[in-house]
Amino acid sequence: MMERPLTHHLKDDGTALSLAEYRATGGYEALHKALSGMAAEDVLEEVRSANLRGRGGAGFPTGVKWSLVPRGEGAPHPKYLVANADEMEPGAFKDRLLLERNPHLLLEGMLLAAYAIEADVAYIFLRGEYVDPARCLRKALAEARDAGLIGTHILGSDFSLELHLHISAGRYICGEETALINALEGKRATPRAKPPFPQISGAWGRPTVVNNVETLCNVAPIVRHGADWYRSLGLGDESGTKLFGASGRVRRPGIWELPMGTSIREIFEICAGGMQEGYGLRGFLPGGGSTDFLLPQHLDLPMTYESIGQAGSRMGTGTLIVLDDRTCPVGMVLNLERFFAQESCGWCTPCRDGLPWTRQLLEAIEAGQGRPEDLATLEEHCGFMGPGKTFCALAPGAMEPLQSALKFFRDDFERHIAEGRCPYRQA
Amino acid sequence: MAEVFARDTGWSQVYLSDEERAEIEREAECYPRREGLCIEALRIVQRHRGWVSDHSLAAIADYLNVDAAEVESVATFYNLIYRRPVGRRVILLCNSVTCWMLGCETLRTRIQAELGIDFGETSADGEFTLLPVTCLGDCDHAPAALIGDRHHHDLDPDRIVALLRQSREDE
Ligand SMILES: Cc1cc2nc3c(=O)[nH]c(=O)nc-3n(C[C@H](O)[C@H](O)[C@H](O)COP(=O)(O)O)c2cc1C
Ligand code: SF4
Repeated sequence: MMERPLTHHLKDDGTALSLAEYRATGGYEALHKALSGMAAEDVLEEVRSANLRGRGGAGFPTGVKWSLVPRGEGAPHPKYLVANADEMEPGAFKDRLLLERNPHLLLEGMLLAAYAIEADVAYIFLRGEYVDPARCLRKALAEARDAGLIGTHILGSDFSLELHLHISAGRYICGEETALINALEGKRATPRAKPPFPQISGAWGRPTVVNNVETLCNVAPIVRHGADWYRSLGLGDESGTKLFGASGRVRRPGIWELPMGTSIREIFEICAGGMQEGYGLRGFLPGGGSTDFLLPQHLDLPMTYESIGQAGSRMGTGTLIVLDDRTCPVGMVLNLERFFAQESCGWCTPCRDGLPWTRQLLEAIEAGQGRPEDLATLEEHCGFMGPGKTFCALAPGAMEPLQSALKFFRDDFERHIAEGRCPYRQA
Repeated sequence: MAEVFARDTGWSQVYLSDEERAEIEREAECYPRREGLCIEALRIVQRHRGWVSDHSLAAIADYLNVDAAEVESVATFYNLIYRRPVGRRVILLCNSVTCWMLGCETLRTRIQAELGIDFGETSADGEFTLLPVTCLGDCDHAPAALIGDRHHHDLDPDRIVALLRQSREDE
C-alpha cells in the first residue's frame, strides 16, 4: 500500500506531473468516485473520520471546519473555497514542493473540498514570489479545464466549479485567513474580527473555507483509499503523513513525507543527516519562524501537535530551523523580529508599536549597546504581545522565538550586554 | 499630487494602454466585483511599466471607479508593488532566517561592491535594483535570490556576481 500519498509519485527529474502522468498514478479517481456515488455529506464524513488536521500551522480538524459551512437548500451562494499558498513563514518551504511537483493533487483536493462544502468558486492564493509554482499551476489549470475537470457539469455530473489563480502582491499577513480574504477582495490585507467566522461570512460576505495547500493535498488520497487507511498511516494515535523539513547547518536540508508522530530525531539525524562537520546543535525552531525554540534534549519527542505543545512550542509548519553553535542566537532572534516588525500590518497598537520597539532593543543588544534592564523590557513585550492581546496571531507568533530564546539562551544575551559586543563575531 | 487625487475622468484613457485594459478585463472574469481588481490592476500595470506612477495609480482608480486614495493605500501596503521607478531587473535577495544563517549578508556586501547599491537602491546605469525579500521558500538551498523572475539557490558571492554579469548580457 502506498504510504507516502503526497510525494510517492513525484518525478525524480524535479518537474511537475502532467495530467496524464497524474492520472496514471490513479489521479482523479477519487473525484470520479465522489461524483459518481458519494453525497457531499459522505465526502465530508470521510475527511472528518480520517482525522485530517489543518497543515497551515494550527492543526484545526478539517472536517469540523467544513461542517460549519451552511449547506443544502437555504445556504447562501456563491460559496468559496481558497487554497492558502501564501507560504511566507520564514523557514517554511513545504507547500512549494507540492505546488511545483504535483499541482493536480492540489486541484483534485480542491475539487473534492468544494464538492463537500458545495462551493461554487475556488481560488488558489499564491504568493507573488512563487514564480515557478505559478507556472506549474497555470499549466495544470489549463490541462484540467481542457479535460472538463473544472467548469460546469464536471465529469457529466451536476457539480460545477470555477477555479482561479490569485497571485498576491506580497505581505506575510496575507497568510492569515481573514487577511487573505481582504487581499482577495482587492483590499489592504488587515485581518478581520472573528466572529463571524469565514465559514459563515468570508469572501464578499459569503461562506468561505480557507485551507492550507498540504491539507487539501491529503483529501484525494483520503477519499480514494478511505479514512481507515489514512488513519493507519500515522504513528500511535496520529493520522496520516506530514511533510517535515529541516534547514540551517544540517548535512542534507530538505523536505520529507513521514508518518505523523515521527520523532524529531529521525527528521534531524536520519533525514537531514545531523549537523555539518564542525558545527554542533544548539537548538531549533520546530515549525517555522513563529514557534518557540526547543533544545537537543527535545529530539526524542514525536512530531505531534500535542507533544510539541506540551514541550512549550508548536509543530507549526513542521519545518525545523536549526540553530548551530557558531551562530549567535541573539542575531538569529533579531533577524526574526526584524521580519515580524516589517510584516506587522499595523492594525493594532501592541503589534504595530511593540514589534519595532522589540527590534530596536535587540539591535542595541546585538551591537553591544544593550543595558541589563533591556531583558526585562523584552520579557514585558512578550507579555504585551502574547496570545489574546493583539488582533491576530502574528504578534504572539513573533514572541515565541523571543520568549524561548530569553529562557534558553539567556547567557548569550547577558554576555552581549556585559561584554559590550557580540561574542560570536570574529575580532 | 493634488492633480492626481482630483477625481477627473479620462485618466484611464490616457494612462492605461489597450493591452493593460484588456488584461484587467480578463482578470475581471475571476472576481465578482470590479473594486476587487485593484491588486490585479496594479500588478498588470507594473508588469508593463516596471513600477506604478502617480498617473498609473489615478488611471487605475478611474478605470475601476474607486477612490485614488484607496488604490494608493493598497499599493503602498504590498511589498511587491513598486511606487518608485526600479531598474530593468530587480534583485530580490532573501534575508530571512535560514539565508541569514547561511550568509546572505556576504552576498549583500558583494553586490554592493559590484554594483554600488544597497537595499532600496538602483544602479547608476538603471540596470539593477536591490531589494530584500522575505523567505523565498528555498531554505534547503540557501542562500537564495530571485533575479527578475528566476530563482537562484545555493548562492555564494562569486556566483551572484557571475549571475549579475550574465543577466546583463541576456536580453
Ligand atoms: C500571520 C499569519 C500567517 C499565516 N500564514 C499562513 C500561510 O502562509 N499558509 C497557511 O496555510 N496558513 C497560514 N496561516 C494560518 C491561516 O490563518 C489558516 O489557519 C490556515 O490557512 C488554515 O488552513 P488549515 O486549516 O488547512 O491549516 C497564517 C496565520 C497567521 C496568523
Ligand atoms: S497583531 Fe499585528 S499583524 Fe495582527 S492585526 Fe495586529 S498589527 Fe496586524
